[in-house]
Amino acid sequence: MIAVIDYGLGNLRSIAKALEYVGADVCVTNDKNKIKSADKLILPGVGAFGDGINNLKKLGIIPVLEEEVLAKKKPIWGICLGMQLMAKKSEEFGFHDGLGWISAGVVSLAGGFNRRNLKIPHVGWNTVAFVREHPVISGLNKSEDFYFVHSFHAVPENPGLALGTCDYGGEFCACIANGNIFATQFHPEKSQGKGLKMLKNFVSM
Amino acid sequence: MLKKRIIPSLLLKDGRMVKSVRFGNYRDTGDPVTAARIYDAQRADELIVLDITASREGRKTLFGIVSQMAEECFMPLCVGGGIRSIDDIQTLLRVGADKVSINTALIEIGGFLEEAAEKFGSSTIVASIDFLRHEDGTYEVFTHGGTKSTGKNPVDWAMEVAERGAGEIYLMSIDRDGTMEGLDIELIKQVADAVSVPVIAAGGVGSLEDFRLGMEDGGASAVSAASIFHFTDQSPIKARKYLADRGVDVRS
Repeated sequence: MIAVIDYGLGNLRSIAKALEYVGADVCVTNDKNKIKSADKLILPGVGAFGDGINNLKKLGIIPVLEEEVLAKKKPIWGICLGMQLMAKKSEEFGFHDGLGWISAGVVSLAGGFNRRNLKIPHVGWNTVAFVREHPVISGLNKSEDFYFVHSFHAVPENPGLALGTCDYGGEFCACIANGNIFATQFHPEKSQGKGLKMLKNFVSM
Repeated sequence: MLKKRIIPSLLLKDGRMVKSVRFGNYRDTGDPVTAARIYDAQRADELIVLDITASREGRKTLFGIVSQMAEECFMPLCVGGGIRSIDDIQTLLRVGADKVSINTALIEIGGFLEEAAEKFGSSTIVASIDFLRHEDGTYEVFTHGGTKSTGKNPVDWAMEVAERGAGEIYLMSIDRDGTMEGLDIELIKQVADAVSVPVIAAGGVGSLEDFRLGMEDGGASAVSAASIFHFTDQSPIKARKYLADRGVDVRS
């Protein structure tokens, strides 16, 4: 069973449908017992960082998530805002503390580089270059196109955590793999064949 | 590099897919869910669904259709038409939309755009602008499905909605809609140059070259089209190949 964490933000149904399509048993939940009994977790998210972290706090599920992810090392995949929430802090609309599972900060694409008068948000299909092997990208090429939609991105303190990078006026970390923690700034559930392949790999890992 | 997007648009009326000419003369073009399935197989970069059904019952039909599309399309789905409240947006996102396109309510309801952008994130909110080129060459924004003049200039209005929180601008030419006579490159370029958010150009695509012109000469981040896919043998696959062969950065 894969638990898609429902904290009131994000395209939960899209993610659940994509997981079902690749053969997973899925529940969309914020129930502590279901989170505990799930084999793997997905932390989705579309929206603002502050709302995301506040909703997680209000639901009171951060302790159980930390127990499962940090202590029991249950595999988890953070998608888009879900990836950013795993960082230590964000500067989106003021400063917010994140979950701190990844040593990273979240910064604006506009503040970071924006050299060529880039359009923000970064919306559309862009190429991710994978820099090392990982079971979730098994069967994929060294670079593949995925769908992005974001204005902020996570910058890991240790660049070695990056599994894939993307170029949008400057290189940024598009995918992190660190032990049981996996995260993508792009949306696998909206990236057709290649995204579904990654989800399938994650499910069968 | 960020790829230029090819976006089929689907116009819905009372649960059927239709195609208009200059915002009128609707022609039935089939079942929308089947169309979405085909566009997914043809690897369209995204889909835009615009509903022009007025009745409340019809709105429920829309939710059902979006839900069915989301069941089998693993690409971004933007849905618009008649959105007037945070609840409307919430419902569409719940049934499977990834983004929403808002038009009339941006003008009629003060503060709505700001509230929506703050609640759902700018990247979820697409500002839809229908514009008309008058005989004298001036441009004007229209709302209510192209029936109500606003006195607003599309470039100024685009800058304002981008400033107020829209994440993308869907720019539709009323006088070119369904004519397949080519995009209004002049205005597309003015808007794309003026705003810092991506512009999706629509209205008038009749050939594959029109996609290239919109993207390269107009500077649009994406080109949206309907008639060319409904009434000719062109497809997103052929469009992508045409553009790639001419050096436009599209998805491989």
